[in-house]
Amino acid sequence: MHILYQIFVDPFVQMGTAPDLLAQTLWDGLVGGVLYALIALGFVLIFKASGVFNFAQGIMVVFAALTLVGFHEHGVPAFVALGLTVVVMFVLALGVERLMLRPLVNQSEIILFMATFGLTYFLIGFGQLVFGGSPKVMITQELYLPSGAIQFKGLGGFVSLQKIDIAAVIIASIMVAVLAVFFQRTRIGRALRAVADSHQAALSVGISLEQIWVIVWFAAGVVALTTGIMWGARSEVSFSLQIIALKALPVLILGGFTSIPGAIVGGLIIGIGEKLGEFYWGPLLGGGIENWLAYVIALGFLVFRPQGLFGEKIIERI
Amino acid sequence: MLYREVGQYKSSYAADMAVFPILQDRIGVAIILLVAFVVLPLVSNNFLLNTVLIPFLIFSLAAIGLNLLTGYTGLLSLGTGAFMGVGAYACLKLTTMFPHVNVIVWILASGFFSAAVGVLFGLPSLRIKGFYLAVATLAAQFFLEWCFIRIPWLYNYSVSGAIEVPLRTFMGIPITGPNATSLTRYLIVLSIVVALTWIASNLVHGRIGRMWMSVRDMDLAAELIGIRLFRAKLLAFAVSSFYCGVAGAMMVFLWYGGAEADVFAIDQSFLVLFMVIIGGLGTLIGSFFGAALIYILPIALRTIPGAFGLPIRPAAAEQLTFVIVGVLIIVFLVVEPNGLARLWQIGKQKLRVWPFPY
Repeated sequence: MHILYQIFVDPFVQMGTAPDLLAQTLWDGLVGGVLYALIALGFVLIFKASGVFNFAQGIMVVFAALTLVGFHEHGVPAFVALGLTVVVMFVLALGVERLMLRPLVNQSEIILFMATFGLTYFLIGFGQLVFGGSPKVMITQELYLPSGAIQFKGLGGFVSLQKIDIAAVIIASIMVAVLAVFFQRTRIGRALRAVADSHQAALSVGISLEQIWVIVWFAAGVVALTTGIMWGARSEVSFSLQIIALKALPVLILGGFTSIPGAIVGGLIIGIGEKLGEFYWGPLLGGGIENWLAYVIALGFLVFRPQGLFGEKIIERI
Repeated sequence: MLYREVGQYKSSYAADMAVFPILQDRIGVAIILLVAFVVLPLVSNNFLLNTVLIPFLIFSLAAIGLNLLTGYTGLLSLGTGAFMGVGAYACLKLTTMFPHVNVIVWILASGFFSAAVGVLFGLPSLRIKGFYLAVATLAAQFFLEWCFIRIPWLYNYSVSGAIEVPLRTFMGIPITGPNATSLTRYLIVLSIVVALTWIASNLVHGRIGRMWMSVRDMDLAAELIGIRLFRAKLLAFAVSSFYCGVAGAMMVFLWYGGAEADVFAIDQSFLVLFMVIIGGLGTLIGSFFGAALIYILPIALRTIPGAFGLPIRPAAAEQLTFVIVGVLIIVFLVVEPNGLARLWQIGKQKLRVWPFPY
């Protein structure tokens, strides 16, 4: 009886009696979720356009952030460094397309997946070689990102919001809006959607796959840079950040590999669910359940909707 | 010239279906076994046995396990590390509870625990496929890893939270624990790996293997010709996890001699997946090639600068290793996406027609 009470009643009583804590937990989950969603967005962009399950997205986040900080450390002004980092991400996209995707065209999915592992290893080694393995501090102030916290009084207590978190949510929303417009309204966006629908049909109407791949990997690189700045500002820029790439995977499952709204909704569900679970139910199991809770939530969803929440319906033919 | 099959007639169906239908292949395997069992123990030192041969064999077994699942049945799994861990922890519990039974029995028996856990986490495979399944197996990986850390009963409440391998003897010879010589451990590992490889080879050449491969090639079609997907997929998960579990138990008991939970982290899963893909999906010999390449390559790369006397900082050497391994993975995939096993086949074909080009 007691254990049932602890699972089904007690957490909700806690939520009711201390709404400020609940609000704080929800906010923390929301911010975490936005960042997961951003990484998942990078995955989805690439998966849609090239069918590559890009394991390197996590290390791309780290690499972009490190490049930015690295340029700044060498005396480049912050916004010039930002521009240079964008150029570096473009060169990376170009290199990936030329040296990896083009020779591997028409290979099976698992081979391409494996190739992105190779890319991950390469970026880890290269990043450490150039920028050193030690963690770095993100140049928050130089980029005019706010710091400090806002305290709200209410809900029977205090809720404190970090300004950088608010900025992260706003910037992420802007970026998603820009991407949505880009996909829906521009010529290149239309081409991207055509490629996502069918490679062969897109080729037959004269869309260059190679060009599209470069654009998509570049877009994923820019998303990675944004994620890197935000995540770096919250903690620090280090190679352990690439672990969050794995956290983005349940988000992908939940949202479906091919859906941008899915990535965002999935990110929020996972972020909030994870924090609530850890805070209210975690102590029952001895804590640390954050590490696997996301996967179990995603697994639960999958059993009922194998294509994810927003994924295209899987039609199989023989 | 030597590798010719001319004149080798097969007079029965069994002979035609043999794993090694060509005489030269049988001789080759015999020579390899002879070298592994007799020559290597005579010539190699502790360093070679401990850091190269034992881990190579153990990783080969784990790669065979994953290959049965990913290469033969087409189910992508990222939970190999955790399944190896289940084997290791099960073996520890079994040998603490029944210390008088030979530990080799428990190493093999721990595979069954791993198989049970594998079947449990394989259940979603009936509904999900491809990368979705891969992520689902990550749930197994992280959940089991958490169990290894949070459930003290699993590691016998030891203060360090690590597995401490107890001393176990067989006919007076220590085979696990700090007193066991590397030669004894090598011979045990080798025997287990050879036996299990032989079983795997029979499995994949028989009805079960064909069933798995038809599921891999197209599961809907396989279902239509009367294969029960439910059983085929779960059997693949069970057998694969059994192999991984035995590999994990051997890893801790016969190689490390003690380990913490982070040995079975996600990195281990990825490492074994590398071996399977680089070696060649759906080939047993590829598992050995892949294990050799992925495990031995970084060791070799690390010793090369030292051998030439190049002044490289250890940290830089480590990072360069990452860069080189990453580039090599991509290059290998570009040159031969079907893995090292395919190169081996091509080589054999060339040898068969030598000195003519075709």
